[in-house]
Amino acid sequence: MANPLLEIQGLKTFFFTRKGIVKAVDGVDLSLNEGETLGLVGESGCGKTVTALSVMRLVPEPIGRIVEGSINFEGRDIVKMTESEMRKIRGNRISMVFQEPMTSLNPVFKAGFQIAEAIQLHQEVPAKEAWKRSIEMLRLVGIPSPESRVNEYPHQMSGGMRQRVMIAMALSCRPKLMIADEPTTALDVTIQAQILDLINRLKERVGSSILLITHNLGVVAEVAQYVGVMYAGHIMEYSDVNRLFKNPKHPYTIGLFQSIPRKRGPAHRERLQVIPGLVPDLLGLPIGCKFQDRCSQVFQKCKNEPPPFVEIEPGHQVRCWLYE
Amino acid sequence: MEKVEALSELKKNKTAMVGLILICFLLILALIGPWISPYNPLVPDPINRLKGPSWSHLFGTDSLGRDILSRVIYGSRISIIIGLIAVSISLVPGAILGLLSGFYGRRVDEPIMRLMDIMLAFPAILLAIFITAILGPSLLNTMIAVGIVYIPHYARIVRSSVLSLKEQLFVQAVRSLGGSNLRIIALHIFPNTIPPIIIYATLGMGTAVLQAAALGFLGLGAQPPTPEWGAMLSEGRQYIQNAPHVAAFPGVAIFMLVLGFNLFGDGLRDILDPSLR
Repeated sequence: MANPLLEIQGLKTFFFTRKGIVKAVDGVDLSLNEGETLGLVGESGCGKTVTALSVMRLVPEPIGRIVEGSINFEGRDIVKMTESEMRKIRGNRISMVFQEPMTSLNPVFKAGFQIAEAIQLHQEVPAKEAWKRSIEMLRLVGIPSPESRVNEYPHQMSGGMRQRVMIAMALSCRPKLMIADEPTTALDVTIQAQILDLINRLKERVGSSILLITHNLGVVAEVAQYVGVMYAGHIMEYSDVNRLFKNPKHPYTIGLFQSIPRKRGPAHRERLQVIPGLVPDLLGLPIGCKFQDRCSQVFQKCKNEPPPFVEIEPGHQVRCWLYE
Repeated sequence: MEKVEALSELKKNKTAMVGLILICFLLILALIGPWISPYNPLVPDPINRLKGPSWSHLFGTDSLGRDILSRVIYGSRISIIIGLIAVSISLVPGAILGLLSGFYGRRVDEPIMRLMDIMLAFPAILLAIFITAILGPSLLNTMIAVGIVYIPHYARIVRSSVLSLKEQLFVQAVRSLGGSNLRIIALHIFPNTIPPIIIYATLGMGTAVLQAAALGFLGLGAQPPTPEWGAMLSEGRQYIQNAPHVAAFPGVAIFMLVLGFNLFGDGLRDILDPSLR
């Protein structure tokens, strides 16, 4: 296989708060090849977004900091880059789409201006040319009559439309990697499908890889080739999509699948399975496995030692003592 | 679209319209003053001293026999200019300080805002007197003094809106596209702080005119024979028993201009500040 485009090794991003150190990302290893989509799944607060922000080097300093690990992107370590080197990468080589399309555009500028700005930040093109290209980008993301939409302000657009504009901005410099942080969470279900479809199609056209962050396994099934399941700052299970959906190994992953409502016959009325308990407080994590308090198959070893990340078959890794 | 909406809302807002009409009236007076004022405002007429209002002198004459109507008309020009310049002097540095301290926080914020707190601890007029006393009494120094005194107000207002704006996702989005801090501050945050600045600057015009008039009244502002309203009021004070019109007309003029700006500013706030709706 080709060299990985993005390779995260032992990434630790901590937040130094007054109450103590919050280990939001606590040793994450991930890799993403060119042209592939990696889904990062997990509950709220498990460190998905912080992982993404670490790749962008946008962790809010000085409270948050990458304390350990490396993020290799196109052969260079992002963690070691200076801010000005990073600025050349952001939006140009790696770009990001956020969860809230309603607030991720500046209310005082026209859509076209904001796309043109994204282009002109990285390429020396005259304003007129940038404007023309922003019309092209709007057409590419499937906005009807882009020539007039380009002149509209964000408040004149719907949420789905704004998310399309955000995607247009993110892809305007044809980045190698696009990070999509819950791009469909804030949208209607019908619009969600359209946006996912759009992301899939554009990935091929622009030739980007995608790091997709979501808490929705259905979304992952639709667009990702590989999945990492995150819990309390760790990757608990990593595999390709088919294997994970057919044969989930980690009790947490299994729990996630069981908590999806399924369509069954009328005879099969049963309660929805849920994972008991809440995401643990990141300030007081247990020794041993982070999932021990909520795991149905917990045993003594889980409480004493943190489980290693073991490869149970090629390309399928699990962090659980059950599979040692 | 948004502009049109704001305009139609402005028309519906009676307070703002009254204020706007007052301001426009005085503005037009200031613009066409030289052509409509019946007399030269600076030329004394020793025979007609302290005359009450009459058909030849609608507002009467002052202690040197100068026509008060003409002086009030010329004074509108001076007062409006004072307001504009004083507000600009406080607005520009105030906004820059507010942007920097709000955006960078901590090490930048602390020294700037503590300095602003110190300035705010002085009564405004006392600080203005202090500054004019150092610079020397003149019209220009009045404007500078009034301007400096109100810098902290703008700094605070801009800072507080920057504090909420910088947490917005679009700031993060610009950063994720490779925008620098300077670009974020100047191009993305600043335009979003304009509505509160406009509101405060409009209200500030009134305050500035009033402060400048107060300094003029104390003899620290415009020097005779400049027809500045505050100075005219101060002059008329001596004759308030026998010729109250000398002080009354410039007083009414100050009142109208300040009221105009205050009403308009309040109306603008209702329209532009969605949090008050």
